[in-house]
Amino acid sequence: MITKRIIPCLDVKDGRVVKGVNFLGLADVSSPVKLAKFYSDCGADELVFYDITASAEGRALFTDILTEVASTIFIPLTVGGGINTVEDFDRVLKCGADKVSVNSGAIRDPSLIGSAARKYGDQCVVLSVDAKRVDGRFRVFAKGGREDTGLDAIEWIRSGVRSGAGEIVLNSIDTDGVKQGFDLEMLAAVCEAVDVPVIASGGAGSIDHFKTLFHTLPKVDAGLAASIFHFGEVSIPDLKRQLAADGVNMRL
Amino acid sequence: MIAIIDYGVGNLFSLRSSLAAVGAQAVVTGDPAVICGADKLILPGVGAFADAAGLLRRSGLDRVVCDEARSGKPLLGICLGMQLLLEESLEYGRHPGLGLIPGTVAPIRDVIPASYKVPHIGWNALHFPKERPVHPLFSRIQEGDCVYFVHSYYGADCADSVIATAEYGPELTAAVARDNVMGVQFHPEKSGAVGLAILAAFCEGKGETLC
Repeated sequence: MITKRIIPCLDVKDGRVVKGVNFLGLADVSSPVKLAKFYSDCGADELVFYDITASAEGRALFTDILTEVASTIFIPLTVGGGINTVEDFDRVLKCGADKVSVNSGAIRDPSLIGSAARKYGDQCVVLSVDAKRVDGRFRVFAKGGREDTGLDAIEWIRSGVRSGAGEIVLNSIDTDGVKQGFDLEMLAAVCEAVDVPVIASGGAGSIDHFKTLFHTLPKVDAGLAASIFHFGEVSIPDLKRQLAADGVNMRL
Repeated sequence: MIAIIDYGVGNLFSLRSSLAAVGAQAVVTGDPAVICGADKLILPGVGAFADAAGLLRRSGLDRVVCDEARSGKPLLGICLGMQLLLEESLEYGRHPGLGLIPGTVAPIRDVIPASYKVPHIGWNALHFPKERPVHPLFSRIQEGDCVYFVHSYYGADCADSVIATAEYGPELTAAVARDNVMGVQFHPEKSGAVGLAILAAFCEGKGETLC
């Protein structure tokens, strides 16, 4: 039986992991390579790297880091941030990424999803969506959640999947950072709308939140989080053991 | 030395890195002389069957790989590379494969419950058929260990050659073997320590213990 996936997400700027990371016994907490190895050894099922660099020099550092990560750990790697063209896909795939996540780049140019899917396959294209409730509907936000695009999130995700997106990361801005649990209502609406794997993001604060997520919404394939893993509030081995004990199928 | 067959399909970065991680000497090559000189071969592959089969044929490497396999050289197909070992594929039409192992490549949609998603993507547990001994490729892992899958088609009508399955509704073919020719549907180069243990078994196993 296929397992539910637990995915830590790392923000990388100028080749270093940003957002405080606090691990016991890990000297260089901002080294993407060391963190990736740590998470892989802990049983993370996949890793997501977001490149939040603005400069060309930072971009080059990111691909160097990615190459090093992909030579060191052997679990699926997803890369996002600054993906605006098919050439950007090419750049990160050559460095060992398995999947590429598009967000603002696909909003600016929706044909990016189809072009990339035709060239690299649907399984390679992850559509990442930041969504928030506006007037009782789910609305897509761009630029890291700062800009209301006016797009209806469910429609946008449907059209993305039709164009070839093979997986959806749904990040609820309403629950992100609050640590009160995943946005079950928004996730249920997305799971209802599409047949591709859905990865829940935004709101995880405890192991119970993951239990609720997978029990309430069996169609959700994975849970993604950043700070609760980085700060050690939730350890991945504990999380996976407790989920397994609670009847959620896990890779242990 | 292990030759990773390069016929213009996909990205071989992770495969090369994972072989280096298990200490294997490997070279990515499309040169028939290098392939013939290698001790073992790996046939990778991603994307659509017809495209990959076409590239393999046009490069002339299909015959090189078949000749080497028939001469007894260990050959491991990975993902689409496993599917290419079978006789034919039903992916968008009918397309001949290398025919090194009897079987057909068929859509998983036709055999899985409607509620299951396609592609079959993620970590799934390997099961070994009870009626035969565990294949040497899996000598360093356990029944139930998880590996990473990404596929929409599977090896059908190859029951005699199946050495591992994974449950996705029914038990789907996860690996096949016939004498010195082996194939895995999953990605050992993306399956963590379990995947590396499988690659190490292939790389280090002596000819006769692999078959």
